[in-house]
Amino acid sequence: MRFMMIVKASQDSEAGVMPSEKMLGEMAKYNEQLVKAGVMLDGSGLKPSSKGARIKYSGSKRTVVDGPFAETKELVAGFWVIQVKSKEEAIEWAKRVPFEDGEVELRPFFELEDFAPGPAIEHHRRIGEELGKQKS
Amino acid sequence: MTATDTHRAIDAVWRIESPKIIAALTRMVRDVGLAEDLAHDALVAALEQWPASGIPNNAGAWLMAAAKHRAIDHFRRAKMLDRKHEELGQDLEQRQQALALEIEAALDDDVGDDLLRLMFTACHPVLSAEARAAMTLRLLGGLTTDEIARAFLVPEPTVAQRIVRAKRTLAKERVPFEVPRGADRDARLSSVLEVIYLIFNEGYSATAGDDWMRPELCQDALRLGRILAELVPHEAEAHGLVALMEIQASRAGARVGSSGEPVLLLDQDRSRWDQLLIRRGLAALERAEKLGGARGPYALQAAIAACHARARVPWETDWARIAALYAALTQVTPSPIVELNRAVAVGMALGPEAGLVIVDSLLAEPSLKSYHLLPSVRGDLLSKLGRSDEARAEFERAANVDAQLAREKIAVDESAVRLKPDTTCDHC
Repeated sequence: MRFMMIVKASQDSEAGVMPSEKMLGEMAKYNEQLVKAGVMLDGSGLKPSSKGARIKYSGSKRTVVDGPFAETKELVAGFWVIQVKSKEEAIEWAKRVPFEDGEVELRPFFELEDFAPGPAIEHHRRIGEELGKQKS
Repeated sequence: MTATDTHRAIDAVWRIESPKIIAALTRMVRDVGLAEDLAHDALVAALEQWPASGIPNNAGAWLMAAAKHRAIDHFRRAKMLDRKHEELGQDLEQRQQALALEIEAALDDDVGDDLLRLMFTACHPVLSAEARAAMTLRLLGGLTTDEIARAFLVPEPTVAQRIVRAKRTLAKERVPFEVPRGADRDARLSSVLEVIYLIFNEGYSATAGDDWMRPELCQDALRLGRILAELVPHEAEAHGLVALMEIQASRAGARVGSSGEPVLLLDQDRSRWDQLLIRRGLAALERAEKLGGARGPYALQAAIAACHARARVPWETDWARIAALYAALTQVTPSPIVELNRAVAVGMALGPEAGLVIVDSLLAEPSLKSYHLLPSVRGDLLSKLGRSDEARAEFERAANVDAQLAREKIAVDESAVRLKPDTTCDHC
């Protein structure tokens, strides 16, 4: 099973304050544990929401709203993608994140077996083929 | 938290920690079987205590300490036994002290070397291939005997026996708990890589309707491969194997059709290929190549798989490069099957005539006599050359060799018959 461990934003992360030297060291150690255990697939930190934007959809209308956004605790500041055997294992790894406060949210990925092949995927594939033909 | 929740949580901790615990204990007691028993005793203690006390914050260290206490108890019992036999000498006292020191040291040292020793031990050549796979999954993958049995479609007692016998063999042969050095090292590492790839292929060959433990073997093998690659970061072939498995696993969602039928590589919906795994595979391949391992058999197979992964559509496939990579693979691991794959690639790169020349050179090959892909590759090339009658005869021959495949091939319009170009990776 693949899980995303989502790191929630904090006032510091939103203010663009870099983590302390100590925290960076502990995070490096934690990441190394994930890699050595063969479970880490991906991971990254995100810049504050002030550097980002939101696009809102309403029918065919698109509205772009520039950051920052207010609800700090609901924002995402980073993530890991891990491959584990069970939700319990994901929880165990998340418990080992060396944070002293804040929150990490765990969300399972849709796996391929969750998607039956359907018209949308078929369409996607055909477009890919058309693009390829035009190129060659 | 209900009792079941706690048990599942303990199970998760166990999966993460047990390889390290068993590895560290084996170093202490020099016997894999005993180490596993002692580690298991620690798990039983956790199962007794944690539901009431709650799971400790540092569950891994708790289990490690509990297991080590059991190892010390074991030595004490052995010592008392020795006393009874009036064989107690000074050296036992010293051994006890040395042991205490060793435990102190083990408590905070890196278990990486022990894990690596455990891998080499589980994959030792004195064991049969099945035993190596079972031992590796059990000791390093944290799988139960029942899970291994389900994954390999064999009865549980068979696996249990295999493991018991393997442990006995390791003890009887006095296989040292070590990382082999010198000339031995390459051969022993090859054995470890082989076992991991065998586990991967077992999972990869799972078909729809199989127990879900079977395809899960691919994930187990990937995890083992990634662990190994970090334990021996300078071994190019370890990265080569990881690259090969990541890229092959990336196609898992595309290689089976909606009704469970296999979908050939060139017919696969590439939008269903897992780009994250492809990216990881390409990065691992780059690591292997940077270490000077581009010509290793796993790296070469990974490079072939990478050619397909890089092509966004089938007709962008770099067949000339694939043909060259197969030629290099033939040099390192000569095999008629590799040569047959080269024929397919050459046929795609230079035209069916050139491919046919290679296939025809394989016709007398005894090991391919009952290999259905030989006539079907030949039939495909012949049909592309417009030699329909001969092509039909080849497809019929393939049909005789493999009735199942026959139905697929004959049913398909000949001009549309397409082949799996990387049969070594994708079909075997």
